Amino acid sequence: MLSPEFQDSLRSIFEIGLTHYLILSVLIFSLGILCMVTKRNAIGILIGIELILNAANINLVAFSKYQTGGLDGHVFALFVILLAAAEAAIGIAIFMNFYSTLRIIDVDRGDELRW
Amino acid sequence: MEAFAFYLFSGIALLSALCIVLSKNIVRSAVWLLGALGGVACLYFLLNANFIGAIQLIVYVGGTLILIIFGVMLTSKSPWVAFTPTRGQVIAAALVAVLLAVGMCTLLLRADWAATATDTPLAESPMVEQLGTSLLTDYLVPFEVASVLLLVVMIGAAYLSRPEK
Repeated sequence: MLSPEFQDSLRSIFEIGLTHYLILSVLIFSLGILCMVTKRNAIGILIGIELILNAANINLVAFSKYQTGGLDGHVFALFVILLAAAEAAIGIAIFMNFYSTLRIIDVDRGDELRW
Repeated sequence: MEAFAFYLFSGIALLSALCIVLSKNIVRSAVWLLGALGGVACLYFLLNANFIGAIQLIVYVGGTLILIIFGVMLTSKSPWVAFTPTRGQVIAAALVAVLLAVGMCTLLLRADWAATATDTPLAESPMVEQLGTSLLTDYLVPFEVASVLLLVVMIGAAYLSRPEK
């Protein structure tokens, strides 16, 4: 038969717990950071921020299920989604202003404070 | 069954996130963001957070993503234009991201989560009613601040994107 250690490792793979969600959240967060710092298009940076906020939300909802058992994490995730929508609206408005002034959307070339 | 669903949805989310980072074209990145957001929404359903999953689909996929695609359309003469960072920047960024991921994974694998886990896990499907009650009792102040914030955002976005005089 299978050894106990092997059964343990098999169980940790197939019984989904808090750690699985936390590791997924860490990976999405790191990819979001990577997207934010490698994109030079301003909208690419906004996409990276959305990924990071989603990673934080997975954490909140997973802790709400496995650790606290209450609805606090859900309410917090709701506020995070609201703030992400507000931030995207203002961000796009700023980028459109930036584009109509400089005719570029490359953040590395917008280095003047006053046109 | 739960394990299968978890690995399927997290695989979709991770693959889409990876494609967002790797694709040079901003339109492709925006479309891959759809996959990432959808995968995360399915994970919310898996975590018994049905309302959060629905809100994720409505606000993120229906609102924010459309806004981003409009932004792409309005801010580039040709949507296929690509700016690539230098090789040094990419290497430094990848190093930072890998260090972050390894460091945080090490930390959270060492933690003893079972010690602080709740004895009464969340009910099978938490009611939207409970969520609404807690929004209007315990979280009334953040709720009202959020509504004022949305008004400010609406005025600010309309002011910022007005046509030049």
